Amino acid sequence: MNAPIDRAAALAGIGQPRLRKEDARFVQGKGRYVDDIKLPGMVHMDIVRSPLAHARIKRIDKSAALAVPGVIAVLTAEDLKPLKLHWMPTLAGDVQAVLADGKVHFQMQEVAVVIAEDRYSAADGVEAVAVEYEELPVLVDALKALEPDAPVLREDLAGKTEGAHGRRLHPNHIFTWEAGDQAAADAAFEAAPVRVEEALFYPRVHPCPLETCGCVAAFDPVRGELTTYMTSQAPHVVRTVVSMLSGLPESKVRIVSPDIGGGFGNKVGVYPGYVCAIVASIVLGRPVKWIEDRIENLSSTAFARDYHMKGELAATADGRITGLRVHVVADHGAFDAMASPSKYPAGLFHVCSGAYDIPAAYARVDGVYTNKAPGGVAYRCSFRVTEAVYLIERLIDVLAQKLNIDKAEIRMRNFIRKEQFPYRSAFGLEYDSGDYAAALRKVLDAVVYPALRAEQAAKRADPASPSLMGIGLTTFTEVVGAGPTTSCDILGVGMFDSCEIRVHPTGSAIARMGTISQGQGHQTTYAQIVATELGIPSEEVQVEEGDTSTAPYGLGTYGSRSTPVGGAAVAMAARKIHAKAKKIAAHLLEVSEADLEWELDRFKVRGDPGRSKTMKDIAWAAYHEPPPGLEPGLEAVHYYDPPNFTFPFGAYLCVVDITKATGEVQVRRFYALDDCGTRINPMIIEGQIHGGLTEGFAVAMGQKLDFDAQGNILGNTLLDYFLPTAVETPRWETDYTVTPSPHHPLGAKGVAESPHVGSIPCFSSAVADAFAHLGVTHLEMPHTAYRVWQTCRELKLAA
Amino acid sequence: MAKQLIRVKVNGRDIERAVEPRLLLVHFLREELDLTGTHIGCETSHCGACTVDLDGRSVKSCTVLAVQCDGAEVATVEGLAQGGVLHAVQEGFYQEHGLQCGFCTPGMLMRAYRLLQENPDPTEEEVRAGMSGNLCRCTGYQNIVKAVLYAAAKLREAHKAEEKIAA
Amino acid sequence: MIPPAFDYHAPTSVGEAIGLLARLGGDARVLAGGHSLLPMMKLRFAQPGHLVDLNRISALRGIREEGGVIRIGAMTTEHELIAFRLLQEKLPLLPEAARQIGDPQVRNRGTLGGDLAHGDPANDHPAIAIALDATFVLEGPKGPRTVKAEDFFLGLYLTALAEDEILTEIRAAPFAPGTGWAYDKLKRKTGDWATAAAAVVLRLEAGKVAYARIALTNVAATALRAVDAEQALLGRPLDEAAIRDAMARARAICDPAEDLRGDAAYKTAMAGEMLRRALGHAAERCR
Repeated sequence: MNAPIDRAAALAGIGQPRLRKEDARFVQGKGRYVDDIKLPGMVHMDIVRSPLAHARIKRIDKSAALAVPGVIAVLTAEDLKPLKLHWMPTLAGDVQAVLADGKVHFQMQEVAVVIAEDRYSAADGVEAVAVEYEELPVLVDALKALEPDAPVLREDLAGKTEGAHGRRLHPNHIFTWEAGDQAAADAAFEAAPVRVEEALFYPRVHPCPLETCGCVAAFDPVRGELTTYMTSQAPHVVRTVVSMLSGLPESKVRIVSPDIGGGFGNKVGVYPGYVCAIVASIVLGRPVKWIEDRIENLSSTAFARDYHMKGELAATADGRITGLRVHVVADHGAFDAMASPSKYPAGLFHVCSGAYDIPAAYARVDGVYTNKAPGGVAYRCSFRVTEAVYLIERLIDVLAQKLNIDKAEIRMRNFIRKEQFPYRSAFGLEYDSGDYAAALRKVLDAVVYPALRAEQAAKRADPASPSLMGIGLTTFTEVVGAGPTTSCDILGVGMFDSCEIRVHPTGSAIARMGTISQGQGHQTTYAQIVATELGIPSEEVQVEEGDTSTAPYGLGTYGSRSTPVGGAAVAMAARKIHAKAKKIAAHLLEVSEADLEWELDRFKVRGDPGRSKTMKDIAWAAYHEPPPGLEPGLEAVHYYDPPNFTFPFGAYLCVVDITKATGEVQVRRFYALDDCGTRINPMIIEGQIHGGLTEGFAVAMGQKLDFDAQGNILGNTLLDYFLPTAVETPRWETDYTVTPSPHHPLGAKGVAESPHVGSIPCFSSAVADAFAHLGVTHLEMPHTAYRVWQTCRELKLAA
Repeated sequence: MAKQLIRVKVNGRDIERAVEPRLLLVHFLREELDLTGTHIGCETSHCGACTVDLDGRSVKSCTVLAVQCDGAEVATVEGLAQGGVLHAVQEGFYQEHGLQCGFCTPGMLMRAYRLLQENPDPTEEEVRAGMSGNLCRCTGYQNIVKAVLYAAAKLREAHKAEEKIAA
Repeated sequence: MIPPAFDYHAPTSVGEAIGLLARLGGDARVLAGGHSLLPMMKLRFAQPGHLVDLNRISALRGIREEGGVIRIGAMTTEHELIAFRLLQEKLPLLPEAARQIGDPQVRNRGTLGGDLAHGDPANDHPAIAIALDATFVLEGPKGPRTVKAEDFFLGLYLTALAEDEILTEIRAAPFAPGTGWAYDKLKRKTGDWATAAAAVVLRLEAGKVAYARIALTNVAATALRAVDAEQALLGRPLDEAAIRDAMARARAICDPAEDLRGDAAYKTAMAGEMLRRALGHAAERCR
């Protein structure tokens, strides 16, 4: 056990495929999710929702509901008004109705809540609430929102020409956001011999974690304390918001995120259901549970995307991109409840110049209101990065096609070269590190790309072939780990993250974090970082997060920020402890610190290998015989303010076969190479990539929240909303390169969102490629058999 | 709408309760018996998070009434491990990283448990088809398939060893 | 999603069940596998005051051959349809279709009778029953009567079943030697209903079609028998021209409703494509 190799294995630190610590409870049905929580005296809340997308509320009659056995109370906006809680601020600087105040703005909007002794009575109560509506004209199409005669949605904003992000141009306009240099971009286009443009609609989708949103709010009237168990990806921020809304001091508000059944961005925001449950608990003095059902989840809690994008590229005749111009109409629904750093109403969309060295670029995003659910969350991606990557990856394919240059070749010609890092993009982002060309070459070699193209050529030459073959390619970079507090905040709180480590007298440790896992395996990976930094076996490192009463303040887990920000905080806190441990070791060994060297789990006296003190020895001494003048104990807190974002990247290739007669798309092969810098737990990384690719597949091939002209949401159950099963899901091939981040203490970059961001345009690239020889440049998602068949029919490939 | 008395054996334990006829089996397990390992993901019988074993068959407990289980035997994830030893499917999911958020896992385990009794030596295709009533949002199924195959191999070995002892 | 309150009845004989239906009238619904009815109740689209659960009537389960006819109890589950060797040998179209319904858990609850009696054109068994030329036994207060599958489905959720009747048995003749069969179903994913599907029973003699029976799923208010398409094949070799002819005639009778699976044009075209696939598969099995 004394050989370094054995000791390293015992630590199970960074780089080890350590099995997950959290699994023991999950495989035995002993996870503790919010709906598993049962408190004494707890009652249940259910929500009355609007059947109409836009209507005035004429009357709400509670009497029949109050007569339902078991029903305790029915609350409407009128009941919340005295508390000034009928509206609440959103994360994006707008306000949102907690319960509809005089009118409803989208179908399934919260109109009233029913509190009852059990969930069955609450559901009966909801059925019995009678609401009378007067229908109003409905605005569904975001592209028509700014027309002069468009129905005005937000009467509460009448006369307000300034929003949270500057001037509003129309009653349905939320913001205009610009990035880059318009004049430089225009000049590049004027000078360019080649230009392409494409309109790209990224449909409204929903993260749809398997567990819906919910909470148990428990106000203790005696102590004046509020504890709320909540499916939140950001419990500390929620505590701040709840304190501000309720007037309770933040010290008397405790938010606990228990085990969370997947988040993917859906559980970042603060929803009316949470607020109502909290109010009900305060009013009734009893714990109140609210759990969404699936239809409510898909219909009312935050959606993602819904970006109408128009992109243009300027280029030289040999395919060197010289300029990029983008305009986006962003459909934010009825209230701007986008979850994003507050100063970025379009998130980090300005990563849309991608992995390419583009000298001039300009982007403009206009946000608009429509009669749809509010939101605009990052669905398994950093804020609006999926949209940005989709845009540039589709555009470069279109350019390649126009110039008849191979998709791989045109990427090679435009990549930011390895030696250009750190690289400042035309939009002002500073990319930390990358080696895009090496990644792409590795993928092309692995799949024998020329052979695939030859096979495709043969198929195209045979008109009798019943199928088409498409090859998709993406080479993307993400921007994750928000973020530097100089530019990133949520409601004014900087987007740092935190870690507190305590080493106990006997040498084990606890690390408490400001982040919160929703399946990412934080308990396992953070412990591995501590193991490597402090020489304490990861098995002896307890990781806790999610309880605002015990964990240090952090901004939470979304936008791939846990490893870039939280992971860095672990390393930095550990290094503080390491520095103190070194002082103690020097004292114990009676040498100067300069005479010590660190080896895995101990300090050794340089040149005297027999003399050493392990971290275990040091921990005991820290409590037992600390050096004179040194505080006892061995613990540290670190609030990590990242100097920059990190920029993970990847190269993906997809091969599809399309049946002409039916439009069915079969994914024959998907090869995903990711570079997330230093790899902390390769097993978990691979698992995250499999999951992200599968979610990407679902988005590209089938997910879309659609609406009819009356604003009725279509397909809001799992019958229609496409979550693939094991049968539909392709087999994934994964690969990696390692290009560490120069500014992250561990060189790590974040990984779980790359496969979602990178795969979606890759599927689209493959499907469009199948038709490229017939002049098709782009096809809208989702690539369902129905839609692909329509293309086949237009091209006379199908009857 | 009078309550009806039902007798059910759950994880080997005899239970007698008066229930409302409309009480769903999943709520009976979670709310009445505090067996919260069985989860609710969609309520329309699509996601499989609520999968339990009912008289030797996998069912979605969100679409079965508790009164229908009168006289039946129900097994849930809490009943899988025996004597503190994980069942092979539980071990497989752990060893092969077959779970992330853990929400689908109990349903997956219960389905895998039954699938391997129906087909002790499945191919990858058969595992995928056999598990197709259970949705997972995190793993992309690749490691779930591996986990089930791991469990299958382990159960076959155990079976062989038992036969040897018997012989 | 919580169903409204109801009273629950679990009769153990057909007679008892019929008695209950007669007594409770229109406020009662029959509960079979429950995978259509219970979700409808949770959505509160259906709010029956009484459920009459047929699951405890053992006489309604099981498959047997009697007098040259296969008789299948209406409460036989999809899983049992797949597992029973007798069907695999003598009526293999049924297990082939059952495998394409729902998912393993749903097939453990879902029943043949429930699928048929619901009258939903999206269900798969109506077309299968029509293709098999099956006969249904309906039992009511006046005793049993039989109805041909083709005459059973009257419209959307509308069947020949009276309010006080129960579908008790499905009868069909075993396939003659040399019979080919197939059910080809286009769906978006596991558990989905058909965008369109085609059932085919086929016999070839001396290279020509001697018998063809074709039915289509989810392309009209009821499952459809494609008689014209059958006629187009009889006496002809199953070549491309004949197949195209049959496809065209099958498409001609489609009148599907648009939904998220596709518009009428797509579903109609897919009915044709599924017929092409099913004819191909059936022909392979004729040998």
